[in-house]
Amino acid sequence: MSRCGQLHDRTAMENNNRPLSPHLQVYKLPLTGIISITHRMTGVFLSVGLLLFVWSLTTINSGPEAFSQMQSLINFIPVKIFLWVIVYSLFFHLCHGVRHLVWDTGSSFDLETMDRYASYELGASIFLTIVAIIII
Amino acid sequence: MDYRSPLSRVRGLGSAKTGTTHWWMQRISAVVLIPLSFWLILFVSHLSGSSYQQTIDWVAEPLNSVLLIFWIIAVFYHAALGVQVVIEDYVHTEWLKITSVWLVKLAFLFLALVALLATFRIVFLG
Repeated sequence: MSRCGQLHDRTAMENNNRPLSPHLQVYKLPLTGIISITHRMTGVFLSVGLLLFVWSLTTINSGPEAFSQMQSLINFIPVKIFLWVIVYSLFFHLCHGVRHLVWDTGSSFDLETMDRYASYELGASIFLTIVAIIII
Repeated sequence: MDYRSPLSRVRGLGSAKTGTTHWWMQRISAVVLIPLSFWLILFVSHLSGSSYQQTIDWVAEPLNSVLLIFWIIAVFYHAALGVQVVIEDYVHTEWLKITSVWLVKLAFLFLALVALLATFRIVFLG
C-alpha cells in the first residue's frame, strides 16, 4: 500500500463523523425524499396503466359494440376513480420530471429552493389533474 | 501480447456499462412526452366520451395519427428505460436482474407493436 493510502485510511478511521446513507426505518424522509420515491412509484404505476390504454385502443378495432362496452367500463365509477388516479400519477410524474430536467442543468440543489419547488410541483400536478378531469 | 488499447479494454465495464446513452435517451423521451401528455388527455376524452365514429375520425386526422404514433413510441421507450433502472436498483441476483430487464423490455415492445397496429388499422381501415 502506498504512503498516501495509509494516510487516507488513518484519517478515515479517526473521523467518525462521516455522512451515512439514510436508514429508512428510522430516518424521517424530507418532503423532497417522499416526492422522489413517489416519482418512481408513479412511473411504475403508469407503466402498468399503459395496459389499460392499449386495451382501450384495440377495442376501436373490434367494432362499435366492443368500443361502447369499453366506454361503459371506464365510466363505471370505481374504474373512473382509478383513471383519475392514473391521470394524477401522470401529472405528478410530469411535474417532478420537469424538476429533474432542471436539476440536470446543475442548478437548484439548495434546501430552500428544493422545498419551494416541491410545493410548486404538488400545486401544479393537482391543478393539471383537475383541468384534465374536467376535459375528460 | 495484448494489442488492445487501454480504452477498448475498459469500454463497457464499470457501473455505467454503456455510458451515458441510457441517461440521455431517458431525458430526450421525457422532454418529448411533456407536450404529448397534454395532447393525450384530449385522446382519452374521446375514448371515454365520444361516439365510435367521432373517435375514429379524430384518430384518422393526420396530425392526431402522427402524434399518437409518436406518443406510443416515446412512452414505451421511456417506460422501458425507467423500469429497467428500478429493476437494476432493487434486484441484486445477477441472472434474475438480467432476465427481468429482458422480459420487461420485450413486454413493452410487444405492447407498443399492438398499439401501433391498432392505430394503423384505425387510420387505414376506419
